[in-house]
Amino acid sequence: MSIARFWRETPRRYNLGGSKCSTCSTVYFPPRSVCPHCTSHRQSIEKMMPFQLSGEGEVFSYSVVHEAAEGFEMQVPYVVALVKTVEGPMLTGQVVDVAPEEVRIGLRVHATFRKLREEGKAGVIHYGYKFAPVEEPGEAPAARGPSVPVPKAEAAAKDRATA
Amino acid sequence: MQAGIVSYGAYVPRYRITPAEIGRVWGSDGEAMGHNLNVVRKSVPSPDEDTITISTEALRTALLRGAIDPQEIGAIYVGSESHPYAVKPTATVVAQAVGATPNLTAADFEFACKAGTAAIQTCLGLVGSEMIRYGVAIGTDTSQGAPGDALEYSASAGGAAFVIGRDRVICRVHRTLSYTTDTPDFWRREGQKYPSHSGRFTGEPAYFRHESECARRIMEAGGTGPKDYRHVVFHQPNGKFPQRVGKQLGFTDAQMRYGLVTPYIGNTYSGAALIGLANVLDHAGPGERILVVGYGSGAGSDAFDLETTDEIARFDRHHGRPVQWYLDQGVELSYAVYAKFRGKIHMGGE
Repeated sequence: MSIARFWRETPRRYNLGGSKCSTCSTVYFPPRSVCPHCTSHRQSIEKMMPFQLSGEGEVFSYSVVHEAAEGFEMQVPYVVALVKTVEGPMLTGQVVDVAPEEVRIGLRVHATFRKLREEGKAGVIHYGYKFAPVEEPGEAPAARGPSVPVPKAEAAAKDRATA
Repeated sequence: MQAGIVSYGAYVPRYRITPAEIGRVWGSDGEAMGHNLNVVRKSVPSPDEDTITISTEALRTALLRGAIDPQEIGAIYVGSESHPYAVKPTATVVAQAVGATPNLTAADFEFACKAGTAAIQTCLGLVGSEMIRYGVAIGTDTSQGAPGDALEYSASAGGAAFVIGRDRVICRVHRTLSYTTDTPDFWRREGQKYPSHSGRFTGEPAYFRHESECARRIMEAGGTGPKDYRHVVFHQPNGKFPQRVGKQLGFTDAQMRYGLVTPYIGNTYSGAALIGLANVLDHAGPGERILVVGYGSGAGSDAFDLETTDEIARFDRHHGRPVQWYLDQGVELSYAVYAKFRGKIHMGGE
């Protein structure tokens, strides 16, 4: 992936920046400029508000990868999961800090910030979200808030979108 | 109002390796080495972790705990000797990843193991002069010792972030003082993968002289003595040096109890004294006086005379993990997996 293409994805990959329809409250990730849920798409034009996901969710389904994609050889076997976020959107991401045999459907996870790949030894390093279990195996369930801070301006936009 | 610590967060990667396992590979008595260094195990970063990711995790925790709007951060300084890029700042990625861009200044600091404490001093100046509302100082490293070298038994990974501000201060700063000289005890030349050190010379003329002189001078300046402090935190390249310098200065084991974390996670370099301070703050109530003396090879010490405020009783530690969790938890690795994670295996085509 070119540097420019990855750079354009930064708000999504770093901060889980999505959008929310202020008419029907559906949350989208990646962000959409119109809401396909609203009966008339035109209703949602200019009513889609920026919305940052909290990073909290649970494993909806997953796969253990043994044949690594390029750049992931050091992490084999690793887990790639569909994560159902608490706000609704389904995200695909690697689940780290867990043994593959400990991953299960329904496992509570939260977003964590990791290296995604490197463009060789001399190239740029790409960063973004992955997921990690909220609790260690056998640990009591933790009551936790969001894992990604939200700037107040966006929080206000969230409130407006919810109202 | 005076500038002080408003919030903080720490992060240590999940994996650990013991000195016995390292010694097994190099034909030395690793257990004895660990005993001599007072290091039970050290942390190891995953292949997808580096100074940028660790700093981001620590700062995200700090911002959530302090309920701080990232857009009100005026400066982010990341102190480390293992910045992923030689040219391209760690601080810009961290700033973007916490939502603090674009109205802030950002830079990377390097002063061996004390770049993080130097960053705190810079933030105190900017916040105290009301140039900015909040300043962020981070100390993080993913340091490596050359395979088989004594450093390999302790060099580890971790970091802590401190938010400096004037309102809702949980820990006020009575005074900060530094002691700096040109002392070549430890270095890494441009392009070199592993650092070099001057063996025993890293002890008396370097670590012990700077730590004890800096501690004595800040206590003298403030008219205090060891008995005035509930906690003391020294830089901790291993578990032994800080205990010895503490005893020399007249501090007790009880005063060092929470500030000494290296025996359980290894030497996190720029993160070492700061994770120790984070552990102290995790356990502190209002009105507890803390002396912190960082050290960086090359060489210098930064000391801070701190005192927790009533605000710490209301501080929300709910987000992130307490330091104690990182000291207790961890998944132990074999040397082979550790070597793979740390890029010590030549993969061909490189």
